[in-house]
Amino acid sequence: MTEINKILVCLKRVVDYNVRVRIKPDGSGISLDGVKMSINPFDEIALEEALRIKERNEAKEIIVVSIGTQENQQQLRSGLAMGADRAILVETTEKLEPLAIAKTLMALVNREVPQLVMMGKQSIDDDNNQTGQMLAALWDRPQATFASKLTFKSGTAVATREVDAGLEVISIDLPAVVTSDLRLNEPRYVKLPEIMKAKKKLLETIPLIKLGIESTTQFRSLSTEPPPQRPKGVMVSDVPELVQSLRDRGLV
Amino acid sequence: MSRVLVIAEHNQDSLNSSTAKCVTCARSFEAETIDIVVFAKEGDQIAAQAATLEGVTTVIRIDHPANEFMLAATLAPQVIELAADYTHIFGPSGTFGKDLMPRVAALLGVGQLSDIMDAETAFRFKRPIYAGNAITTVETSEDHVVIATVRTASYAASEQTGQAVVETRSLSADLPKHTRFIELRGDAENKRPDLQTAARVVSGGRALGSKENFKLIYQLADVLGAGVGASRAAVDSGYVGNDLQVGQTGKIISPDLYIAVGISGAIQHLTGIKDAGTIVAINKDEKAPLFEIADFGLTADLFDVVPELIKVLRE
Repeated sequence: MTEINKILVCLKRVVDYNVRVRIKPDGSGISLDGVKMSINPFDEIALEEALRIKERNEAKEIIVVSIGTQENQQQLRSGLAMGADRAILVETTEKLEPLAIAKTLMALVNREVPQLVMMGKQSIDDDNNQTGQMLAALWDRPQATFASKLTFKSGTAVATREVDAGLEVISIDLPAVVTSDLRLNEPRYVKLPEIMKAKKKLLETIPLIKLGIESTTQFRSLSTEPPPQRPKGVMVSDVPELVQSLRDRGLV
Repeated sequence: MSRVLVIAEHNQDSLNSSTAKCVTCARSFEAETIDIVVFAKEGDQIAAQAATLEGVTTVIRIDHPANEFMLAATLAPQVIELAADYTHIFGPSGTFGKDLMPRVAALLGVGQLSDIMDAETAFRFKRPIYAGNAITTVETSEDHVVIATVRTASYAASEQTGQAVVETRSLSADLPKHTRFIELRGDAENKRPDLQTAARVVSGGRALGSKENFKLIYQLADVLGAGVGASRAAVDSGYVGNDLQVGQTGKIISPDLYIAVGISGAIQHLTGIKDAGTIVAINKDEKAPLFEIADFGLTADLFDVVPELIKVLRE
């Protein structure tokens, strides 16, 4: 039954999705001081799916990976508490662009040789939606992005993808990269005993430089500003007033 | 001296208007040449449509049996073969472009820019981050080809007054066989204007309460000749398919008129409609966040006012 040796799941540390982000007054970026950080929600969905695959006895080992500072241990420990078997922290203080992240993951793929790499379709901070596709390209393997359903059969995966035209179903050979969309699953809540147990699981730290990755930057952020606001509208009291207002604008 | 290549999005029958919007983006920084490449099984019709877009110099038509399905894994190696002639390669920021363009970029060993919403120069762009809660201005190195997706809601379609040359080419790229298309399932019930491109859109939310009640939204849309959308809550509740979802994780749209019925207006939904011309909110809850960005708000029970609205509009 077991078809997949290892699933590598990538967890990005991002501002918690409940936090209303504040832009620094000098426009140099988003204020992260004292802000609650969490696993990128789409990555959490990817991990949940990997765990379910293992619980169906279709995979043997789940490895969670994060790239960043020692603070990322928090997100890796959460991943271990959810049920991952071990964790790898690739340590760097630099902010890597998606291509450098993909190259870093490629180095880990060469080291661990997983049959499947999973991550969210995008992170909720930079909203880039690139890393999974880039890894698949560097690896020269299939990609199933925006997955909302995933099954396996004799060396292939069947993925349902949420595309603009509806649901697209594709079949891909393993190994492959799968990025999760929102409706793939609902991640589990972690219970206290699992958090205690997670403290004993292996968390390995690898300095980025040891993987031979050079961080080159191609993009320079010049400024960050709030989005333009829409002018305040008016409340209408009934349907005839609404229709009249729309007629005045030539909309109906 | 920018030379821009736009990857055409289409369904083998017709060109998606997202392509014309990418052309507008390239025109905004006065690119020297703008070419469109059409990968298709048989691309004569689509290439002809692309050739009418104002501002386009050449339409490159590449027919191949493998291009019947627009899979990133098979398209990316073909794009790479064309890349040397260009300073910029653009795709639309829907699921098609987002799937493809990072794969193209990584094969070329360069980064990718997502969701261009404004081009200040050929190498300086604005893009949304944090679900549109912040806008960042990014400068890209001029030494690299700029691979990017264009946020279609930020641009109007280029006019159909052009007369580009269509050039048929064949490529020698080895196409992988590790990715196979099985099927595409759309919302069969929805025969209305395409949500992404409709001039008017009516969306329903959780307050509709059931799939049956959602018919009210279809009726209102039909009176207006509008496309139909839905909030994430309505999709998750099973009232409609996911292809109708409007918002950060669904479709980002910019119709002239957007009517939101029984949608409270979570941030992720607002992100999807911020560029609409006129927004109308109908909701029982006067504190619904959607009222804060609506041009016209009506606090009322949707089951009272929507039938009335349909009746008044019919007259």
